[in-house]
Amino acid sequence: MITALHLAIIAPFLAAVFVPILYKMFPNIHTGWFVLAVPAVLFAYFLQYLPVTSNKETVMAVLDWVPSLDIHFNAYVDGLGLLFALLITGIGILVVLYSIYYLSKKTEALHTFYTFLLMFMGAMLGVVLSDNMMVLYMFWEITSLSSFLLIAYWYEREKSLYGALKSMLITVLGGFSMLVGFVLLYSITGTFSIQETIALSSEVVSHELFLPAMLTILLGAFTKSAQFPFHIWLPDAMEAPTPVSAYLHSATMVKAGIYLIARLSPVFAVSGEWLWLVAGFGITTLFWGSFSAVRQTDLKSILAFSTVSQLGMILSMLGVGAAALHFDNLDENLYVGATTAAIFHLINHATFKGSLFMMAGIVDHETGTRDIRRLGGLMTVMPITFTIAVIGGFSMAGLPPFNGFLSKEMFFTAMVEFTEFQLFNVDTFGILFPVLAWIASVFTFIYSMMLIFKTFTGKMQPEKLDVKPHEAPFGMLLSPIILVSLVLVFGFFPNILSYTIIEPAMASILPSLLQEGEQFYVDIYFWHGWTPELYMTLGVIGTGVLLYLGMKKWIGVYRLFPEGLSFNRLYDQTIIQGERMSEKVIGWHMTGYIKDYLLYIFSFFTAALLFTLFYKGAFVVNTENVAPISVYELILAGVLIVSVGIVMFTKSRLKAIIGLGVAGYTVALFFVIFRAPDLALTQLIIETVSVALFLLCFYHLPQISKNLESVRFQAGNFIISAAVGLTITLIGIAASSSRLFDSISGFFPEASYEEAGGKNMVNVILVDFRGFDTMLEILVLGIAAVGIFAMIKLRMAGREQL
Amino acid sequence: MKSNDVILQTATNIVLFIVLMFSVFIFFNGHHEPGGGFIGGLMTSSAVVLLLLAYDLETVKRVLPFDFKIVTAAGLLTAVATGMGSFLFGEPFLSQTYDYFTFPVLGELELATALLFDIGVYLVVIGITLTIIQTIGEDR
Repeated sequence: MITALHLAIIAPFLAAVFVPILYKMFPNIHTGWFVLAVPAVLFAYFLQYLPVTSNKETVMAVLDWVPSLDIHFNAYVDGLGLLFALLITGIGILVVLYSIYYLSKKTEALHTFYTFLLMFMGAMLGVVLSDNMMVLYMFWEITSLSSFLLIAYWYEREKSLYGALKSMLITVLGGFSMLVGFVLLYSITGTFSIQETIALSSEVVSHELFLPAMLTILLGAFTKSAQFPFHIWLPDAMEAPTPVSAYLHSATMVKAGIYLIARLSPVFAVSGEWLWLVAGFGITTLFWGSFSAVRQTDLKSILAFSTVSQLGMILSMLGVGAAALHFDNLDENLYVGATTAAIFHLINHATFKGSLFMMAGIVDHETGTRDIRRLGGLMTVMPITFTIAVIGGFSMAGLPPFNGFLSKEMFFTAMVEFTEFQLFNVDTFGILFPVLAWIASVFTFIYSMMLIFKTFTGKMQPEKLDVKPHEAPFGMLLSPIILVSLVLVFGFFPNILSYTIIEPAMASILPSLLQEGEQFYVDIYFWHGWTPELYMTLGVIGTGVLLYLGMKKWIGVYRLFPEGLSFNRLYDQTIIQGERMSEKVIGWHMTGYIKDYLLYIFSFFTAALLFTLFYKGAFVVNTENVAPISVYELILAGVLIVSVGIVMFTKSRLKAIIGLGVAGYTVALFFVIFRAPDLALTQLIIETVSVALFLLCFYHLPQISKNLESVRFQAGNFIISAAVGLTITLIGIAASSSRLFDSISGFFPEASYEEAGGKNMVNVILVDFRGFDTMLEILVLGIAAVGIFAMIKLRMAGREQL
Repeated sequence: MKSNDVILQTATNIVLFIVLMFSVFIFFNGHHEPGGGFIGGLMTSSAVVLLLLAYDLETVKRVLPFDFKIVTAAGLLTAVATGMGSFLFGEPFLSQTYDYFTFPVLGELELATALLFDIGVYLVVIGITLTIIQTIGEDR
């Protein structure tokens, strides 16, 4: 049955329907105010589940969708799903509020913006709350699609389109691979349910398809979460309006990959490959993202690379956290800490990165640029924005007393302890993890400082700005202020999250560690004593400050990387070469002549069918059951032959049409003789309508020239048409001669009356038994009609190349 | 070249309604006898085609001021909506059912949800046939 939970997931989609109507009806009210209600109500709704998951309970709401394919729209709420649902709706409220001030109701197409945004919100809720992998996949692709639409929101800009296409191609490639992974998992377990798969995890691990399934699913997660080397789409996605960047491309959508990895950890995490791949890609991304962020000059680009690197950091913690599964005893398990840190940092990242994106948007909005080379000295004109930047930036850099410091310390702890892990050769290569983590943190510190100080301190350069900068309106500041308040609250009182959110989420990621009645105890505190982590943080700050101040001296390092070898270049070349290749292939066989196309179709058709017919030995002649040929049939066959002959040899179009009509009506008469009234009726009307159509088309055709002697005999065409006739005849004979199965003609009349209450089985098959086919058929017809309409009405000037 | 088509036009005025009525009949008849949305739709369109032959495009547009693209869309929506209607009863997509009802005057009749779906098919077929014919016909 449909429950409130299902409705909550699809509510944004339903609301999206009304957005354009509201936009038209109330042009004076910013559409965002209406939209704001959706995440607000949903947030309040999901808060109700907090006590449930805190009690280590889960909720499963079952709704059959396509039971025959094991596709059920089952909504599942547990700690992990709820954490994401709250994040999606909570950040959603703030982003919509912010967008009301960011996007002007006078100049922007708000209805499309909010429709796409709501579409995304619903899809994202679907991803994190679906228990069925196929449903999850569907929602996953809708998030890619809505992300594409939102990046291309300012579609008249070349760069927006480029970024949108890039993100679409990369994430959909990954999504498709993930689908393959799900199907592989299904072939192992026989279920699409994630929870049932987790219950069968021991079977999965020992199966030979385990590794392929894991790799394909990981590819999906890595592309979505912008992991190295697939991170290249995220910086280009920054062409989207800033509220979108804050929402999709830092707080929620890019975390879908993290969600998937966390969700499937109980299935895969016991293997060493999982640990190495997730942690390895994570730490590489962390390093590369932070390293690349420092060379950027655009505020949003810095934030984009920073997001890439932070996502890598969360993933590396999840990967290391998988090590916990190799120790059964919870009490002495050090590695649980990594998972705790991952979840905690996920929340923290949403708060500080969201506020920083909004800060960047405000700066852009009020000064007209995001280029840090043109900005500077804004501290005095924009004091509130500056405060937001300082709190957000310091938290990102991992400075106390903000929440980023806490999770960064926990991250260092996890990395240091990981080197002591004894399995999977960690003791040899494991040392790389804390080292890379430390270096990446230094770069993180540097770009955080760049973000704050290059924008807000130094000398103001009003001559480089298009407008006179001033503080943003209060409404625009409200959302980032709420976010930085959360940065402070979570910094000082991290344990308000521990019991309600982090512990239930961990129970979802590491269920096998919990015995009956046991639970995780998470206690986050500031002072650890003089531990290696603290020294590492101090080292980060010291080195970071030195490097930041001496940046001019070493910035040349970046020139060592040749432009031609970047992944962006690889992507661009793939696209260009791909287009060139397909253009060549298409140009070679798509000649524009129907004659050629028919030639391809018919020769393939005869070759394939004749080959199969004889290869399989299916050709038999059996005249036992043949009915006698009546006089009517002979006459009709004669008429048919004559009329087709007229079509072929006549020199007048009108005669050809009449001949064709006669042939069609004769076939209809055949149907009558063979007692198929439905077919006969359809054939008759189709013939009538198509004659009318032919007459209409005549108007456009040139006269057949009078002096055209006769159609030149072409041997090739003759052979092919003879072969087509032969094939059909042979198949017809073979089909009526062999009876491999019992006839179904007795089943249908009975079944259609009993099950569908209809005596006309043709119609019952059309609208009931095979209703889905019919639906898609009329869809195809509709598309064809629109296609014809478009080709004729919107004819392109000349022979434009597409 | 303006030919005199008084006979055709006069005949059309009468025949048109017979064809239309027959098409509706054959549409509703589809559940038990030959007919259904596809044939009914085609027959309705052929009635309009007859009108087109007897008069011209402008007249038809005046008599039937529909945008047939929208008719197509309405038909598709009807088909999808009846398919989704089964969700309300907790059934999978496109589940159909039927029952018998007694009406005043008409007596006992069978009503099937498949008919609603068939209305969608009917509208789509009319929509596409006439969209295509009108577009090609208008293209001068």
